[in-house]
Amino acid sequence: MSIEVIRPGLLTTVQDLGRFGYQRFGVVAGGVMDDWAPRLANAAVGNDERDATLEITLQGPVLRFDEPALVAVCGAELSPQIGGEPFPQGRPVLVRAGAVLEFHAGENGCRAYLAVRGGFQVPVVMGSRSTYIRAALGGLEGRALRKGDRLPVTAYAPGWYPALDQALAAGGQPFAAPRWSVGFTAVPGRARRVRVVQGPQWELFSQETRELFLGTEFGVSVNSDRMGYRLTGAILKLRRPAEMISEAVTFGTVQVPPDGNPIILMADRQTTGGYPKIAHVAAVDLPRLAQTRPLERFAFELVTLAEAQEAYLARERELVRIREAIDFQRRQ
Amino acid sequence: MGKAAWRVSPQGDRCLMVEFGQKIDRETNLRARALAQYLVDHPIPGVLDVVPAFTTVAIHYRPEAIAEPEGPEIPFERLAARVEEVLEGGVEGAAPEARRIRIPVWYGGEFGPDLAEVGRARGLTPDEVVTIHSQSPHVVYMLGFAPGFPYIAGLDERLAMPRRATPRLKIPLGTIAIAGSQSVVYSLETPGGWNLIGRTPLRVFTPDTDPPCLLRAGDAVQFFPITREQYYAQCAAHSSAATEGV
Repeated sequence: MSIEVIRPGLLTTVQDLGRFGYQRFGVVAGGVMDDWAPRLANAAVGNDERDATLEITLQGPVLRFDEPALVAVCGAELSPQIGGEPFPQGRPVLVRAGAVLEFHAGENGCRAYLAVRGGFQVPVVMGSRSTYIRAALGGLEGRALRKGDRLPVTAYAPGWYPALDQALAAGGQPFAAPRWSVGFTAVPGRARRVRVVQGPQWELFSQETRELFLGTEFGVSVNSDRMGYRLTGAILKLRRPAEMISEAVTFGTVQVPPDGNPIILMADRQTTGGYPKIAHVAAVDLPRLAQTRPLERFAFELVTLAEAQEAYLARERELVRIREAIDFQRRQ
Repeated sequence: MGKAAWRVSPQGDRCLMVEFGQKIDRETNLRARALAQYLVDHPIPGVLDVVPAFTTVAIHYRPEAIAEPEGPEIPFERLAARVEEVLEGGVEGAAPEARRIRIPVWYGGEFGPDLAEVGRARGLTPDEVVTIHSQSPHVVYMLGFAPGFPYIAGLDERLAMPRRATPRLKIPLGTIAIAGSQSVVYSLETPGGWNLIGRTPLRVFTPDTDPPCLLRAGDAVQFFPITREQYYAQCAAHSSAATEGV
């Protein structure tokens, strides 16, 4: 069974949690930009968190379901609808055969994630289904979706959420959904703070530059993409030129090239880099950053490594609780 | 290897870095490769990726999966203790034996537009540049920048050139380029600022094989000249017989 792409949207790709184990060969880890919303979406349809989802950027696609499917959309609010009716986010939705799911523009967030029960069954390349467009790896033929594509998914088998099966069988509506939602899938408001820990070259920047780094509202440049967020707002200068030896970088590394405009490395970052690293974004705040649109602004806030890791572990515990709550609901 | 011979530090909250020195040399690079190989052969639970570079090894991990030993330590401290233990135990000899890989190169021509300029800048004829490049004792120090992209040290200092002032926007894959004491082989079509001296019909990034690349860190590389005709014949045959005749 498959889902037909009637309109592809601006940039819609198949992504899972990333291609790990191959960075030592220079292979980009890639994967979802926001590693929270797609895990919630997978949880909402009873998937493994590593199952592949659709990452939908700013302008969403139009998708037609040939057969019934259990789907969930989390992350950015891009006004999804079926047959003119709002499609509820943050929960499992059982969609009738023939239904057309349309995304429109939205105000809130940058990337929505669509999970379907069983996951998108594109081939696994180097341990992952993630699309890396620059090397034409993974996903659907290594590229973004196009009109007329058919996305392979496993056929829907009733029984995981009996109340939804009954609701869809009883009425003529195009979909059935519960009243509950997974909660804070919502995208944060505008005045954002993004937590960072010190990078290895923190001390190579003057006190004044560090204060500038923490005291400036940075804007996300329109030249930002899945590889990196280019920031504007303050020019960061080293005390003196540093001899840098290329070494591994990570998701959230804040590097400062010679022009002084910082760049945050995102999902499709290269495996290694040679620019000074002033800071690293706390992993727990990367999803918020991934939901920040070009031209939106935010400020950095310095935390300790212990604070960053504790916040991260608290989020992971929250996901376990959410999974338990979903499991309780679906058995009612 | 004494205790003072490495430094363990965080790289953000999901990566740990081991640094073996602050100079690019064969010994430091060998230590980094040995640790990386040891960690690939003896995986630590919760570690996602081990990435050796010139002088460092990065260990990407999932903090929630670094559970042992139980205690008040944060995940970084637990993993750091585990890595220190591995280093104390010694990882010498873990680096895989160096292979010898021969790479055919059509020097100059339309894909090596900077060959003559390198010669002029260094007072050499194009033929002398080819001879010196193909006789330099090249060793792969790391893969990075792009999938399968090798940084190859050992270039004879008579060919030492700075990077070009203005990078080119598109460099075809398979292009051989030099800067400083290094050579590279472009594994994907990308922008780049190195001096382009030739092109190989071999593919250094091969996504359908495992591992997905022709070269690995530590390999000894010998470039050897082929003609334009041989280049196109080998492209047509899509040769991957890199180790032929070794």
